Amino acid sequence: MLKYVRDLGKTGVESIQSIGRAGMLFGQSVTWGGPGSAGFLDLIKQIHSVGVRSLSIIIVAGFFVGMVLALQGYNILIKFGSVSALGTMVSLTLLRELGPVLAALLFAGRAGSALTAEIGLMKATEQLSAMEMMGVDPLKRVITPRLWAGMISVPILALLFSTVGIWGGAFVAVDMLGLYDGAYWSNMANTVEFYDDVVQGLIKAAVFGVVVTWIAVYQGYDAAPTSEGIGKATTQTVVISSLAILGLDFILTAVMLGGV
Amino acid sequence: MTNSSNHVDVKDVTFYRGSRKIYDGLNVSFPRGKITAIMGPSGTGKTTLLRMIGGQLKADSGQVMVNGDDVGRMSRADLFELRKNKMGMLFQTSGLFTDLNVFDNVAFPLRTHTDLPDDMIRDLVLMKLEAVGLRGTRDMFPAELSGGMVRRVALARSIAMDPELIMYDEPFTGLDPISMGMILRLIRGLNEALGLTSLLVSHDVEESCQIADYLCIVSGGKVIGFGTPDELKNGDNAEVRQFLNGDPDGPVPFHYPANDYRADLFAGDA
Repeated sequence: MLKYVRDLGKTGVESIQSIGRAGMLFGQSVTWGGPGSAGFLDLIKQIHSVGVRSLSIIIVAGFFVGMVLALQGYNILIKFGSVSALGTMVSLTLLRELGPVLAALLFAGRAGSALTAEIGLMKATEQLSAMEMMGVDPLKRVITPRLWAGMISVPILALLFSTVGIWGGAFVAVDMLGLYDGAYWSNMANTVEFYDDVVQGLIKAAVFGVVVTWIAVYQGYDAAPTSEGIGKATTQTVVISSLAILGLDFILTAVMLGGV
Repeated sequence: MTNSSNHVDVKDVTFYRGSRKIYDGLNVSFPRGKITAIMGPSGTGKTTLLRMIGGQLKADSGQVMVNGDDVGRMSRADLFELRKNKMGMLFQTSGLFTDLNVFDNVAFPLRTHTDLPDDMIRDLVLMKLEAVGLRGTRDMFPAELSGGMVRRVALARSIAMDPELIMYDEPFTGLDPISMGMILRLIRGLNEALGLTSLLVSHDVEESCQIADYLCIVSGGKVIGFGTPDELKNGDNAEVRQFLNGDPDGPVPFHYPANDYRADLFAGDA
């Protein structure tokens, strides 16, 4: 019994310490400049590695999600004789919810885990220590460009996801199910608001981008420098960021809709 | 004890790892321009000592002075400035950047810390690589090199900024005799040619005695012997002699402390 209480306390203290370390890491690496700081080219390289290389999975997934949405939506809406609202339904679902959430989840699995493993392995092979001993701050050199690359990439990926998804919806609705294309596009154009839908979706994506990348770089930087430790950190990145995305999505939606 | 003949002075240092005491009132000075080998049984914190001198770990109490400045109390900026051009360290796993080739690895500190033109950096890198005999590998990646070659490239990189103090963490571990001979010659040669202060952490008694001017034997959180290899081998400290001769039993017992052997065996019958 006493052991149980002690373990509970230990876990609690360790979690709080971990949050503190993550906060310090974010604070120290979110600003540019410092010993041996990374340059603009490093940022471009990282955007390529985490963003551009996630394009294929984002585009394919977005297209299929759009197609499924149109197919399901068509079969529901046709019962109420309001198939012309299909374009509105697909686009709002994607822009407000599925674009940011699914893009961020895919990003966590594709790029977040890779970031964690890369940084963890650099730590395990003493590359980060060697950098420190050469008078180069690994936070500034390694973490800063990766953090920013993720924060910049996720909103762009989310927007792409939604765009491709809307095309995927049009492909199913118009080309396969024979919906009049004017109904699909003009209803969408009439109902989708730039600020309420597009911008709010982007705000969500930006928040997810910060959180996912932060979790990924922290897990890598804090990983135990063993193969087991890196494996565990990589899993943690995917699990924690997925839960964080879904939890934050509810909070952000509630705040934006103001309904709760 | 601080004077200009000592490059590094460790004064009354205590260091804990978790609740385990690694160093308890450690006092030692490393003379300038000499090779000092820090030796001792596994797990005594020899690498910890190097990391405290490099400022990567902070002592819980006491001072670690490098060139008369307390590393533990330096600001982050001063510490990075010190490491930039006064200190070099060769890690056990070398710490080469796996995404950069040999040339770019050696050029890394020069490109980061200096505004030298590209052709001058090229010349400097080639000179450093020539010194370790690996100019021909400049376009290869660390994964394509043997363990000994990786360590020599890392050595070239750690002398790229011409440090005054260089620390080697287990430079001989896992090397074949030929590579080991090369590393030995390089460490000695660099010390003589550049007048570096070299600190060397190693278990390899024979190799260390060959090149070291002084040995520093660490055990149980204290320095138990400091002197030239000959002095220590013929000295009167039994534990130091046991370590240098590699005797399996002596002041450091072969048996981990346990209760009486006979009683333990009979206890199983009850």
